[in-house]
Amino acid sequence: MAKVLMKGNEAVAEAAIRAGCRLYFAYPITPQSELIEYMAKMMPTVNGCFLQAESEVAAINMVYGAGGAGKRVMTSSSSPGISLKQEGISYCAGAEIPCVIVNVQRGGPGLGDIQPGQADYFQAVKGGGHGDYQLIVLAPSSVQEFADMASDAFDLADKYRNPVLILADGMLGQMMEPVEFKPKKTDEEIAILGEQHNSWCICPNQDGDKKHHHEINSLEIDPLVLEKHVIKLYEKYAIVEKNEIRYEEYNVSDDNEVLCVSFGTASRIVKSAIDELKGKGKSVGLIRPITLWPYPYEQIKAAIGPKVKKVYVFELNMGQMVDDVKIAVNGKVPVDFFGKVGGIVFTPAEVEEKLEKCF
Amino acid sequence: MEVIAKRPESLTKTPFTYCPGCLHGVAHRLIAETIDELGLVNSMAGVAPVGCSVFAYKFFNFDMAQAAHGRAPAVATGMKRARPDMHVFTYQGDGDLAAIGTAEIIHSANRGEHISVFFVNNAIYGMTGGQMAPTTLPEMKTSTSPYGRKVDDIGYPIRAAELLATLVAPYYIERVSLLSPAEIIKAKKAVLKALTYNKEGRGFTFVEFISTCPTNWGIDPVKSKEWARENMLPFFKPGCYRDKGEGVE
Repeated sequence: MAKVLMKGNEAVAEAAIRAGCRLYFAYPITPQSELIEYMAKMMPTVNGCFLQAESEVAAINMVYGAGGAGKRVMTSSSSPGISLKQEGISYCAGAEIPCVIVNVQRGGPGLGDIQPGQADYFQAVKGGGHGDYQLIVLAPSSVQEFADMASDAFDLADKYRNPVLILADGMLGQMMEPVEFKPKKTDEEIAILGEQHNSWCICPNQDGDKKHHHEINSLEIDPLVLEKHVIKLYEKYAIVEKNEIRYEEYNVSDDNEVLCVSFGTASRIVKSAIDELKGKGKSVGLIRPITLWPYPYEQIKAAIGPKVKKVYVFELNMGQMVDDVKIAVNGKVPVDFFGKVGGIVFTPAEVEEKLEKCF
Repeated sequence: MEVIAKRPESLTKTPFTYCPGCLHGVAHRLIAETIDELGLVNSMAGVAPVGCSVFAYKFFNFDMAQAAHGRAPAVATGMKRARPDMHVFTYQGDGDLAAIGTAEIIHSANRGEHISVFFVNNAIYGMTGGQMAPTTLPEMKTSTSPYGRKVDDIGYPIRAAELLATLVAPYYIERVSLLSPAEIIKAKKAVLKALTYNKEGRGFTFVEFISTCPTNWGIDPVKSKEWARENMLPFFKPGCYRDKGEGVE
């Protein structure tokens, strides 16, 4: 298929439909409005369900119901709306509902602004809602990757019966780039996907013969039973950690004197700075975590070459992922941080200046 | 030997966890019998709320989801939209439906969502131990209105059936009571109507049950029914507020 020029918000919506998503529930919010508008326009053309919910709270609970009925379902929002969804996300994780949530992050806290930010990192990877649980968190850095992650997210959600969050930002949502889509799933493929969870989900008794009583539930009033359930969830998370860590290495070599860690939009700016420094004979590497959970701790540690004097973390927040980098580096070399907030995105020159001081 | 009464197929063998004299069991039974009679047990799915009926997912013998507090109509919306071939209902109490879940119930009713909602109104929070509900009567004492519900401070009880009847989309809205065998027979007819319309795909149906809470009212089961008759029925008047099938608009 030929490449098309599209906004990230539209590309991820198109890719979700192609991946077999036929149910989408959401509430409008900037800067993700093109996503909900694209779904409103396209879902009826594929006999899918588009529903503009009365709130973010209702939307995530519709996702709980539809995912609990075993179908591919998605919701999307931006930071303040994702905060509202946290109750439902915790229930989805507890009841092991496969579903996909997109956060096109903006500046915070509170109403913040509508410019890009990465300040929902903690909320995405360290909880956000109540209780012990993990989301699988994917962080795209281009419109192409944003689109590709839609089908990856559904596959992961189905494979592990777990909510998957795509953590993008206002820059990726609004930016237009060429994107090439994967082929559309056929109606037969979607029908098969729609029945894959019939052993546990809300579904009719097939032959008109009473066979099952499935429960979609996160309540276990007996502490010993709840303990067992949470331990079971964490055994599942351990398998995810073993199998699903994804990251990109950029210019990583034994010549590196600085190793950068950065994700999403921020990482692209870091790459530009690295290229500039390369021209000046200064070697800087970058690890870009693609899965923010599970996190590439070992991979970051392994990328610290013999000449590396410092690990530098660049984020569009006041320093959140840097905590995980410090866990990964574990005192081996100093870890420094540079961030911008309020929806302000640092420039390649600013990053270059920070890095040059390390030489 | 002829069997004239048996456990409905739509109920599991799990014993109810309700207090002595509680009417949730009656409401469960009416819904389960009706689902059996309509032959819907293989295509039925329910949503249990947070409240005394939080364990309803264990009692109904078909697929059930347990929802977050107040969110049952949103969960039911997702289920019904995902599985249009299934018949979906929610079972909710007064705190769940008329306080924390007001947005979800109003908007699912306003969309004319193809679900049935069974609403049990006993004017109090039962599970958490007798706090004030949005349906607690004026001057009624509860653990969070120890001096009685003061309407100047906290307002009047919410009449959910009348409130939803202001919307255009709902197909059927009726309030019934469970205070005597004759009223229970009437209530069964309302449940039958709601689930028949549900089966026929007519739209949003809603049945409010006026019920009691002997434990948290601190009144014995027989007297609690008398108390409800004297105090609740004048404010929450039983009746049909909408029946598009019968021309009641």
